[in-house]
Amino acid sequence: MDFGLTEDQRQIQRTARELLAERAKPERVREHAERGSSDEQLWRELCELGWPGIAVAEAHGGQGLGRVELSILCEELGRTVAPVPFLPTVLAATLIEHAGSQAQCERWLPGLASGETIGALGVARDGVAELVIGASEAQVLVLIESDAARVLTPAQVELTAVAAIDPTRSAARVSAAPGEGDVLSGPVAAGVDRALIATASELVGVCDRALEMTVAYVKERKQFGVAVGAFQAVSHRCAQMLLDTEQARSTTAFAAWTADADPERLPEAAAMANAAASAAGVEVTASAIQAHGGIGFTWEADVHWLYKRAQLDAALLGGAKRQRARLAAILAQRVGAPAAA
Amino acid sequence: MDLTFNERETAFREELRGWLADNPPPGAPSEGGEDAHYAWRRDWQRHLYDAGWAAPAWPTEYGGRGATLTESAIYFEEIGRARVPLPANVLGLLLGGPTLMVWGTPEQQERFLAPILSAEEIWCQGFSEPEAGSDLAALKTRAVKDGDQWVVTGQKVWTSGAQYSKWCMLVARTDDQAAKHKGMTYFLMDMEQDAVQVRPLRQITGESEFNELFIEEARIPDENVIGGVGNGWKVALTTLMNERAGLGFALQIRLRQLLDDLFAAAAERGLLEDALYADALAELHLRCESIRLLAWKGLTDVERYGQPGPEGSLVKWLWSDTNQRLTQLAADIVGPAALSAETSWSYELLRARGNTIEGGTTEVLKNIIAERVLGLPRLKTVG
Repeated sequence: MDFGLTEDQRQIQRTARELLAERAKPERVREHAERGSSDEQLWRELCELGWPGIAVAEAHGGQGLGRVELSILCEELGRTVAPVPFLPTVLAATLIEHAGSQAQCERWLPGLASGETIGALGVARDGVAELVIGASEAQVLVLIESDAARVLTPAQVELTAVAAIDPTRSAARVSAAPGEGDVLSGPVAAGVDRALIATASELVGVCDRALEMTVAYVKERKQFGVAVGAFQAVSHRCAQMLLDTEQARSTTAFAAWTADADPERLPEAAAMANAAASAAGVEVTASAIQAHGGIGFTWEADVHWLYKRAQLDAALLGGAKRQRARLAAILAQRVGAPAAA
Repeated sequence: MDLTFNERETAFREELRGWLADNPPPGAPSEGGEDAHYAWRRDWQRHLYDAGWAAPAWPTEYGGRGATLTESAIYFEEIGRARVPLPANVLGLLLGGPTLMVWGTPEQQERFLAPILSAEEIWCQGFSEPEAGSDLAALKTRAVKDGDQWVVTGQKVWTSGAQYSKWCMLVARTDDQAAKHKGMTYFLMDMEQDAVQVRPLRQITGESEFNELFIEEARIPDENVIGGVGNGWKVALTTLMNERAGLGFALQIRLRQLLDDLFAAAAERGLLEDALYADALAELHLRCESIRLLAWKGLTDVERYGQPGPEGSLVKWLWSDTNQRLTQLAADIVGPAALSAETSWSYELLRARGNTIEGGTTEVLKNIIAERVLGLPRLKTVG
């Protein structure tokens, strides 16, 4: 039993953190967010390092590392709210790799792994996904609808740009006619579970950064002659932020590990991780704004980027309540009872 | 990252599980009240002791198995899973023994450790006082030197098992002039003297796990000072750090069992089909798993970095809060029947209220997390 990262994994984490501290500084993120542009220079750099393909099998042009390694990168990118289409690309690759046929993998994975192809993943109802991050830039889109998923090219869908509250990544409404695209023939759930974990990992990074910024701020900010972090109404809120973050972190680490090492527990672990991280993401970033006081509500303070990213990530694949409902269904099956719909 | 157990750990678990299956304790006595219940737990510890299972975490030279931290955690998981009682001398085994191993002289270790293990001598903990709860350093019990003895006068509270104890881990003030955290000394006080009066405290469950101690010129020989005169705060911290080291794993399993029972109760009533109940149960499962994972993560930190991470306080906070939510949901799922003395739910509901107070209130845990983990400024207090 060892919860720690291996030396290689720690190296990946260190490298990612150092690189992003340099290349995804708050002022640069803000610049791109305000312009509504992706940071293409950073994206190219990440692609050269092989980041988008970290968990893609070597046979398909990836690095063939595990879900834990992918989680590390997602977390670091979440910490900096980097304006790159990393998450949408790895989510598309994840679905294709775990639910696609050999031919589908061969066709799409090498491009997604190298980052030459940008991907996007959306959840649709009646062929329409109202908000898909990265879709405007994507060359391949995966649409999930109930228990099925299909791969589409931009030519096979109708795209309408959407101004999402999180401008660090593009978003679009995607609509596809019935029968359009290429149905993923494998187990969609195996892909969705892994996608839930990658999203949860990004949320863990968002939480971690929100807490770090908040702690730094409440140590500095003085009112009534003392740092406000000395007031228990403030410090206990910070303690709660840590508890939420650590719950999200531990369940997500567990889920990433099960994906590779104990797939039988994957559905349960993925639902837990995403439920915990989605709830934590929203709560912790909201607390960050509150603890920053009036300044936290201004455009100039950078906490709102984290709040907005958390909102999008939490909603992306269904949100905390839906994941808890899934979890309840899995658990009900275990005690042999019918579950809530 | 590897969340599996190695061969040695698995073998340890299997050996213990096999032994517990072959040696179940007799059922809890239905008559005779708390005294009979205590005797039952004492007999159980003797049984564990005879088989070498009373304190596997103790080093072999003191009669333990020299179990690793992980094996020790497995021990408490299995004790919890088998639903057997904790050994009667749990405070001696988990707190007193390890404190003596750090601070005791070879003579003290020789004299006191073996009878802890065999349950011949039961230990209790005399730290808290009516005016010194969360603020332990405010304690007022006084010890004055008289020849080669100390004379102790004062009052202690929340002393569990005092009526059955031979020795009390007592912290008393030995120097009025020294600063608050200095001037305290850690003693082992013989409970079998008239100068020590034990009065049970009746708690909201109706039982009396805890007592008040009234100490009126009790005598303690000089050789029962642990860790040196004036060093009591440091020695007490060693005791407190051991307080939840292993027990957390037993509590975590107990919570899991209660939740399994609650799922069964909900299924029986068709409530798993109700989205509101399903949501609440899923959230409890998620918390329960988080507690398990955070507890194991804490062990990894100790093994890797030699000191516990923030998980210890987080785990206790999350566990106590979750147990309260769980037992409250049980009242909802089972209905008014859960509030009858006929069910264990009514007991669990009431007992859970103590969880967020005992062993560090949630408010104090949040202070610890804010100050020591997050590095936030300490709230200025008077004195």
